[in-house]
Amino acid sequence: MITEHFKIAIIGSGPSGLSAAAHAAELGISHILLEAEQHPANTITKYQKGKLVMAEPNALPLRSPMSFAVGTREKVLETWIDELQQYHVNLRLGAQVASITGGLGAFSITLASGQALKAEYIVLAIGLQGNIRKLGVSGEDLPGVQYQLDDPDEFEDETIVVVGGGDTGIENALALMKKNQVILINRQEGFINCKERNYTQLKAALKQGEIECRLDTGVENVELAENEQFPLKFVARTQQGIERIGCHRVIARLGADPPRQLLESFGVRFPSDDPASVPQLSASYESNVPGLYIVGALAGYPLIKQAMNQGYEAVDHILGRPVEPADEILLREKFSRCQELGTVAESLAKIRQNVPLLSPLSNLQLRDFLLESNVLAPREGEIVFRRNDYSTTFFCIVAGSVEACIHDDAKPNFKLKAGDFFGDMALISGRRRAGTIRAGKDCLLIETPRHYMLKLIDSLESVRRMIDEVALKRAVRVYIGLSLSESDLNYLVHDAKVRHYAAGDVLFYEGAKPDGLYLIQRGSVTISRMIGGKEVVLSYVSAGNYVGEMALVSGQPRFGTVRAAVSIEAIHLNCDRVAEVMARNPDIRNEMHERYLTHMQDEHIGATLQSGNDAGNLISFLVRQGIGEATDVLLIDESLCTRCNNCEKACADTHDGTSRLDRKSGPTFDQIRVPSSCRHCEHPHCMKDCPPDAIRRSVNGEVFINDTCIGCGNCVANCPYDVIQLASIEVHRKRPSLWQWLILGVGTEPGTKGDLSDKATTKLAVKCDMCKDLAAGPACVRSCPTGAAIRVGPEEFLDYAVWHNNKIA
Amino acid sequence: MQHNTLLEYKRYRYLKAALLLAGLASVAYLLQRPPTGAYGGTWLGYALGTASAVLVVLLLWLGVRKRQYLGPGTMQGWLSAHVYLGMSLVILATLHTGLQFGWNVHTLSYLLLLAVIGNGFYGLYAYLRFPRMMTENLGEDNLDSLLLKIADLDELARTNALQLPDEINQIVHKASRETRIGGGVIEQLAGRQPNCPTSEAVRKLHYLGKNLKGAQPKLHRELYSIMLRREALVARARKDIMLKARLEFWLYWHIPLSIGLLVTLIAHVTAIFFYW
Repeated sequence: MITEHFKIAIIGSGPSGLSAAAHAAELGISHILLEAEQHPANTITKYQKGKLVMAEPNALPLRSPMSFAVGTREKVLETWIDELQQYHVNLRLGAQVASITGGLGAFSITLASGQALKAEYIVLAIGLQGNIRKLGVSGEDLPGVQYQLDDPDEFEDETIVVVGGGDTGIENALALMKKNQVILINRQEGFINCKERNYTQLKAALKQGEIECRLDTGVENVELAENEQFPLKFVARTQQGIERIGCHRVIARLGADPPRQLLESFGVRFPSDDPASVPQLSASYESNVPGLYIVGALAGYPLIKQAMNQGYEAVDHILGRPVEPADEILLREKFSRCQELGTVAESLAKIRQNVPLLSPLSNLQLRDFLLESNVLAPREGEIVFRRNDYSTTFFCIVAGSVEACIHDDAKPNFKLKAGDFFGDMALISGRRRAGTIRAGKDCLLIETPRHYMLKLIDSLESVRRMIDEVALKRAVRVYIGLSLSESDLNYLVHDAKVRHYAAGDVLFYEGAKPDGLYLIQRGSVTISRMIGGKEVVLSYVSAGNYVGEMALVSGQPRFGTVRAAVSIEAIHLNCDRVAEVMARNPDIRNEMHERYLTHMQDEHIGATLQSGNDAGNLISFLVRQGIGEATDVLLIDESLCTRCNNCEKACADTHDGTSRLDRKSGPTFDQIRVPSSCRHCEHPHCMKDCPPDAIRRSVNGEVFINDTCIGCGNCVANCPYDVIQLASIEVHRKRPSLWQWLILGVGTEPGTKGDLSDKATTKLAVKCDMCKDLAAGPACVRSCPTGAAIRVGPEEFLDYAVWHNNKIA
Repeated sequence: MQHNTLLEYKRYRYLKAALLLAGLASVAYLLQRPPTGAYGGTWLGYALGTASAVLVVLLLWLGVRKRQYLGPGTMQGWLSAHVYLGMSLVILATLHTGLQFGWNVHTLSYLLLLAVIGNGFYGLYAYLRFPRMMTENLGEDNLDSLLLKIADLDELARTNALQLPDEINQIVHKASRETRIGGGVIEQLAGRQPNCPTSEAVRKLHYLGKNLKGAQPKLHRELYSIMLRREALVARARKDIMLKARLEFWLYWHIPLSIGLLVTLIAHVTAIFFYW
């Protein structure tokens, strides 16, 4: 028998193997791609049917002849299989590798079938899924015990035990619960390793009783239960003792480990005994066995795009072709606008040296950070952003300086220089910009999107600490005393603390001894007093203001109780220090005194209005509806609303035939209804987990979804107010003609949904965009014939409530 | 930001416009002494007639503007103008006639105009009054939730009545089967059903509680309470439908009458050109 001979043998046809093989094929290198199963990309084939495959990290370019973009499992596989043929990849299915011997230039590969191959180089891309963790107890291989789930719709009216509290386990449980009774077993006492979206959905399902859950629970064994209602008995070890759960099926999703034994038989060494540890590799992905390259999940890179790039690069390394990082060209493009930065390496070094905030980032993190950011070189005097803009990006100054103007654009209040950063206040508060920033001479800035900055703050403690420190001092200066001297400011913030409160938590109680001043950095609070034996909300204070000054000015105990309306962040300033600084600074004292009088007035009005209004009051109602985090909310006065639905029709007519507001739903108080319609939250929950980053906030504050939406539904699940829906969008829809309908009776009435059934439609997320593209303003409000629908911003809530109460009285 | 009614729109902008228009027309009418006597053919008559015709077209345009969601101005402004200018039309059109009436298309046109405006007055009353009553009537409920609650009570009542004498059982079944919520136009507008079986059941149950044995008196008391609740829910559901019907019903007259007015107005204007 003639032994086949190849330059490169690629073992495993997952994303990295496919990419390596296709690259070798396109270069005309003799190669073979060995796959143990009867189809390529087995791991992805085993994904749940219809699962959306993500293409993260977004900014990283794909380096492979094979294409890859966000899409369903089916779409991704279909494309790959087409491309395999297109590139004439030498794929051999059903070829399981039994052993590898020899070395660089002369490897011998023996297949399970006994066949032998020769190869000069080997790219090992077998992933982890060949070594799935099993239950590890007796009965783990019984029929009905499975370790994957292809199509959840295959099962109906079964009792299914799902084992595993990670993402896959939760996703399986959620998909199965629609038609089956699902019991989820989690070894841990909480769900700490899962994506937020999965956690939110699971929580909702548990609350609704759609999934039963056993926490802190292990597996004893699985038994066959003959002649009983259920074919299987899952024996669980709970904190209360042994529980026997009758079921039709057990689905265990426990992750996978590197196939260590196999790799060690190839001569590959591991750095530690930890079963999860991955083999040690050189910068060119070569293992300790010369000529044996390892890529993909087995090399510790679980993301598909990274794996595909590695497969490609490994082939280049083998062929001795120069390999530069995939993102190099993008970075070069970014820096090309600022010649003085030099090459990519020089630019990175300069940024790291000039901006202390970014110095703790690893090289990879800094590259990723810059890929997501813009490098700007504004002219001297150019405005970077204006006061009251709704932009939420974050800026670092690499060179030059900027001026910050808080109250008056003509009068700069302070200057920021290279190494400083700004945009932190809007980042933290989610509100409009507190001031205007104007570029100085030779200014060089890095502008980073909010979502990326939040991710960075979340993952790097030192970055968080640095931003918090500066942001705190800056907030105190901007909101309390621009005229404060540096030494007074330092004295004031010396032992200041950022405190976090959950919605409903109390900052301080009425009648308590004053402990200091609270500067609301994020969220909003209500001020209430006990009137006639019950707590009555008198006033509402939003981010960028302070509370607690009344007692400081008057020297009396706390006037009212201050409660967080939503989860908030407040800076606490020490009482004595504030008093001392006030004594030294008449300006600050006067301003605080004035604020005191205004609060007094608001609360006096609030208090007089409460008498006789036993049902509670409008402010606390609105706060309960989440107004505390809204930037703009639609209110309908039911005493004016004739239920004509013109608001919904106007919304539908101006938004592809789908209304984004539901007039009839939503609670009502005192004739005021808060309908299901977006409130454009300060920190939009919907933005949290949007894979294509399609949810944006415009300069005027509208939160909207742009064309890059992929219809994954994350925002729908994340919105606590149920105001986002997945709707069939007719691409290139023509608005119905009014005259055709009115005179000829042809077509649909404007504002009604047309028949979409026979047209190609895609389901995408839709929500209120406040008609940001219509100069005249929101169509719903403009189309209300009786003036029942209005939009109110947070600055107006108190005035609105006072006005409404006056009207009732 | 405040909620203002359509009458208060922009500090009564269109009330002022309407008063000005009607005032000017009245003054001109009183000052003018045509030798032929006042009628539609004098210069003032033509002026008032033209103004009225333009107004009628403007008022009719509301139906178009309402569906042009990107149209000019706000709908509240349009409706406010519609109401006040419509009212001023009573004076303008009356002055236009010079109080010359007869059995002809001209007078028919005038009468139709008054009918449309009169009907509009009712509409305005309905718009200002019923929405508040609807909210107060429903509270946190909506019509669907009321119907669901009624269905739940039905089930309870039927189970309960099974253990009570046949006579009671029949009453309960009848109430569940024959109580109508909604019904025809008259019943919707009236908000009640003649001899409502639910109310009848409540009335009769009151007297059928005697001579019951064992657990029956307790069941009877429970059933009575269930039927009382059912009666109240039915009344609320009917009231909701009634208010909705009253809020919409007038429009079924307002629009056909307006179209009729438009037709007779065209005939009226065409006829004038023949007189000329």
